[in-house]
Amino acid sequence: MEQQRQLGAGDALIEMDGVHKRFGNGTLAVEGMSVSIQPGEFVSFLGPSGCGKSTALRMIAGLLSASAGSITVNGHPAGEGGDGRDVGFVFQEATLMPWANVFDNVYLPLRLAGASRKAATPEVEEALAMVGLSSFRSSYPRELSGGMKMRVSIARAMVTRPALLLMDEPFAALDEMTRFKLNNDVLKLWEEHKLTVIFVTHSVFESVYLSNRVMVMAARPGRVVNDIALPGGYPRTDAYRTSQEFAENTRLVTKALEGTLSHAEIDH
Amino acid sequence: MLKSITEDGEQDGVALNVELLKKEQLERRLRIIMPASALALALLIWEALVIYYEVPHYLIPAPSRIGETLITDGPSLMTSAWFTVKLTLFSLALAIIGGVALGMIFALSRTVEMSLFPFAVILQVTPIVAIAPLILIYVHSTFVALLICAWIVAFFPILSNTVIGLRSADHNLRDLFTLYKATPWQRLRYLLAPSALPYFMAALKIAGGLALIGAVVAEFVAGTAGQNSGLASRILESSFRNEIPRMFAALFLVSLLGIVIFLATSWMSKLVLGRWHESEVKRER
Repeated sequence: MEQQRQLGAGDALIEMDGVHKRFGNGTLAVEGMSVSIQPGEFVSFLGPSGCGKSTALRMIAGLLSASAGSITVNGHPAGEGGDGRDVGFVFQEATLMPWANVFDNVYLPLRLAGASRKAATPEVEEALAMVGLSSFRSSYPRELSGGMKMRVSIARAMVTRPALLLMDEPFAALDEMTRFKLNNDVLKLWEEHKLTVIFVTHSVFESVYLSNRVMVMAARPGRVVNDIALPGGYPRTDAYRTSQEFAENTRLVTKALEGTLSHAEIDH
Repeated sequence: MLKSITEDGEQDGVALNVELLKKEQLERRLRIIMPASALALALLIWEALVIYYEVPHYLIPAPSRIGETLITDGPSLMTSAWFTVKLTLFSLALAIIGGVALGMIFALSRTVEMSLFPFAVILQVTPIVAIAPLILIYVHSTFVALLICAWIVAFFPILSNTVIGLRSADHNLRDLFTLYKATPWQRLRYLLAPSALPYFMAALKIAGGLALIGAVVAEFVAGTAGQNSGLASRILESSFRNEIPRMFAALFLVSLLGIVIFLATSWMSKLVLGRWHESEVKRER
């Protein structure tokens, strides 16, 4: 794997400062969100529907603009820096092009960046190997299971070797066995490639299992209510799911989600 | 115990598969045999009824008589058929070019769409027989006049489906293209055009048939005045001369042309969408 794109040392990768988002219909989706995310963090945005977690993620990706406040990613206003290859995005659905086979779907970001098929082949093959789908390169999306489609989607996001991976409830529609497996895949990618991941989810268990930092959000208006660090347990494997620490963290995050968490407990 | 169950199960599975395959083969054959024999039977009944009731051939000719006419009048009918084929294919090609080009402009700009769409609708809703006489007056060349008529009929479905198709691209995929800073051309080439393809192919099937209808209607309106005339004017001419078998022969050729166009567009649709689009993918059972 080639060197990751370099960031300024010590700087936050993502800086959100007093970000508001009000939609055309008047809904205040995000209110006063100020978050600073360091390179290498695995951050979950956790909250119920309508808490603005996906909206926040889309603003970081530059797909939505903030109504007020500022968002910088790697020192540039969101969506404006670089050539679009520094950020990988995984949607709630696999969002593959049904007319293109697996190889061409993963090749897309490089093709859009102007790379010829021949030049891009090693990188595409490597991304496919990363998610264990090398032998499915000429299959079409409709021939794959939901979990495999999602892995293609992850390979596509990883093919440009981004420093930042944004994931918008990527496994919400999958069965639990597949979700556990893909959770481990994502953790492995994060560890191996020194990624920064922002992972949007409404599952307490998923956020606790994956991330070393959980931003707990509440709805109407969407806002961050708690910022909980969960540094322990890495490298996390399936054994972590049944550990005392996992149970304790789950309890903590659940209380935060219910709005009954005291500051003393967080500090603990 | 367990093992024997598994083995039995597997054997059953194999046997079932063979049977299933046979059934599929039979089904495939029946798909050709059934309509073909039904058609043959209908022709036989027709022939028999004409002979039995001694219907004179200037009222209803027997299929055999129509076949004879097809052969004896073959050369002249073929010239006419070629004229209609040219007219149909030319107008279809122009409809595709015009419809797709205008569709792309519409999809890019709402303002242009709002300003020009009424013209397209007016052209579409005004019956071609009503416009054709005017076009025949203003346009010197009969062929060009006929071409314009057939084009007007075939153009609209291509235009409207292209516009809908280009707008139907998945919004998450659109976001993905935004994320990777795709140029407008890349967006069109890799996202919008493939998304529009199923809609376009559906339009092509319709427009293929409409181009033929447009050509035939325009020929009827033009009458037999032109030097070189197509199948429709041959039907008209034969009816003036009470040559009913030749009317049927020309009609047969028009139908044949329509069938060939339908099969060709269906085949193209299968070729282009076969591997990925629900409409053409065969479901496993």
